[in-house]
Amino acid sequence: MSTAVGPGTTPSAPGTPLVELDRVSKFYGNIKALEGVSLEVHAGEITCVLGDNGAGKSTLIKIIAGLHQHDEGTFRIEGADTTLVNPRDALDRGIATVYQDLAVVPLMPVWRNFFLGSEPTKGRGPLRRLDVRLMRETTRSELLRMGIDLRDVDQPIGTLSGGERQCVAIARAVYFGAKVLVLDEPTAALGVKQSGVVLKYVAAARDAGLGVVLITHNPHHAHLVGDRFVLLKRGAMSGSSTKDGTTLDELTRQMAGGSELDELSHELERAPAPSHLGGHPADAEPRK
Amino acid sequence: MTATAPAPRTPVPQGGPDERLVHTSPLRKLMGRPELGSVVGAVAVFLFFSIAADSFLRASSFGTVLYAASTIGIMAVPVALLMIGGEFDLSAGVMVTSSALISSMFSYQMTANVWVGVLVSLLVTLLLGVFNGFVLTRTKLPSFIITLGTFLMLTGLNLGLTKLISGTVSTKSIGDMEGFESAKAVFASQLTLGPVSLKITILWWFVLIALATWILLRTRAGNWIFAVGGEKDAARATGVPVNKTRIGLYMGVAFAAWVSGQHLLFSYDVVQSGEGVGNELTYIIAAVIGGCLITGGYGSAVGSAVGAFIFGMTSKGIVYAEWNPDWFKFFLGAMLLLATLLNAWVRKRAEARS
Repeated sequence: MSTAVGPGTTPSAPGTPLVELDRVSKFYGNIKALEGVSLEVHAGEITCVLGDNGAGKSTLIKIIAGLHQHDEGTFRIEGADTTLVNPRDALDRGIATVYQDLAVVPLMPVWRNFFLGSEPTKGRGPLRRLDVRLMRETTRSELLRMGIDLRDVDQPIGTLSGGERQCVAIARAVYFGAKVLVLDEPTAALGVKQSGVVLKYVAAARDAGLGVVLITHNPHHAHLVGDRFVLLKRGAMSGSSTKDGTTLDELTRQMAGGSELDELSHELERAPAPSHLGGHPADAEPRK
Repeated sequence: MTATAPAPRTPVPQGGPDERLVHTSPLRKLMGRPELGSVVGAVAVFLFFSIAADSFLRASSFGTVLYAASTIGIMAVPVALLMIGGEFDLSAGVMVTSSALISSMFSYQMTANVWVGVLVSLLVTLLLGVFNGFVLTRTKLPSFIITLGTFLMLTGLNLGLTKLISGTVSTKSIGDMEGFESAKAVFASQLTLGPVSLKITILWWFVLIALATWILLRTRAGNWIFAVGGEKDAARATGVPVNKTRIGLYMGVAFAAWVSGQHLLFSYDVVQSGEGVGNELTYIIAAVIGGCLITGGYGSAVGSAVGAFIFGMTSKGIVYAEWNPDWFKFFLGAMLLLATLLNAWVRKRAEARS
């Protein structure tokens, strides 16, 4: 197992990666949000980014999605050095990001959500208008292709379950020709069954030839579908491996904190029982 | 294809309707419309005054009620769009007066054709809208505060500048100036249809409703307005030009303020500089009664029109019933509460059906 690999030594594979981060850092004022993180995303593969809360996963996503710009290191898209200006720029270059909670507008119908920001139109001049029929039909057929049989594309997307909403967002990205799909904790708020459904679509997107970045703090989900794994800890990279180079146990151990966990269990065992739990200790002097 | 008819609203043709949707009755579909509450309210108000006031059902009264509704409705349409986009404009009321003042004073001071003043007024008023939108998108302060600031500043400017330039609180008459008659024809004329005489503002109002409905339901901009008001961050993440959409919405309010302002000017030929204060709330109330969510993302232009119509019926109905007009405000308050309650209930159902 290649724990604590030095920067820039991500496992490489033949062919140019769709997206490559090389020792990328990001500072918010004097706070190091991300330092020296490297990762590769290849077509038809899933790169998992694992990390606990505050590990820098969100910052990493925001850089790849074009919401923030990196301060150090190199960001390459298909081999070319880049700095993304805004989310639109990222989308135009084929990087689609599906956020955990802000992927959709709950009160809008499914079909309007599906095409949001890239609505097809017909007609010219003042008669230029939404191609509503195309939008409805495409939404229905694309979702069906991903295996979601929607009752009514007119229902507000807020009425769908969390898993279904994730799937709509994924289907949307696939339909709009995304080459790279960035998923921000798609299974975080879901039950076991729903998570399975979402992972199935993630795998479907991979099989469609997309490069997928799967952000998660669940090593079980990551190991099920992942080809590459990048572990983040406190803004820095604490590990990087491929599917062949790691096992679920190792991944879980690292995610759970590895040696830190051992230490914690040790401490918990040895800790003397507290004499009191909150309130005033029995032997304390009464207040005057 | 450039057919003039709007795109057909037929759902997916292949396979026919989904068998799991059998219980979606037309009634249930109707319940999902944002205008529902206001239409029920409008019918109730109509019936009430039909019984309470003898002269309410006369054709001439109809023209008066529609006129009262149109003066509010012209502004309520863009205010509703803005509210769907998640923002307020408290400066909308005095902006109408500002627009009229600019037009009148520019023409008078420059002794130009009044149409020059009208066009200058359009430009300046649109800039006021851009100002509201620009400050909002730049500072990220709540629009309530920003437009409250604009409201107060415009109120002061209206009075201050008018006194400074004209010496009194009202403008000089421009009734004898070149172009006045043609401008009056466009902004303040009267059309006679049989027994009913209708003000041209009613036409402006209907055109604005149709235009706003078209934009909301059938254009990309409409999709963006719903998205910006519903979930701004999601809209931005999917590539919607959030700031441009919001600035555009404020310009829409400014445009309607210009139309209303010119009507105000050309109905008489002078403008009182203190007018318009308090009207901004009237527009917002009409939009809210019409089913616009105060939090954004939901509503319709037609709803705002029904809201304005309720306003018109109530304000004139009380006169026809020969009651003390003091009761008008009470009616309005009760209507607002009922409508908002109904809207909240509809929204709850729409959101929590999963």
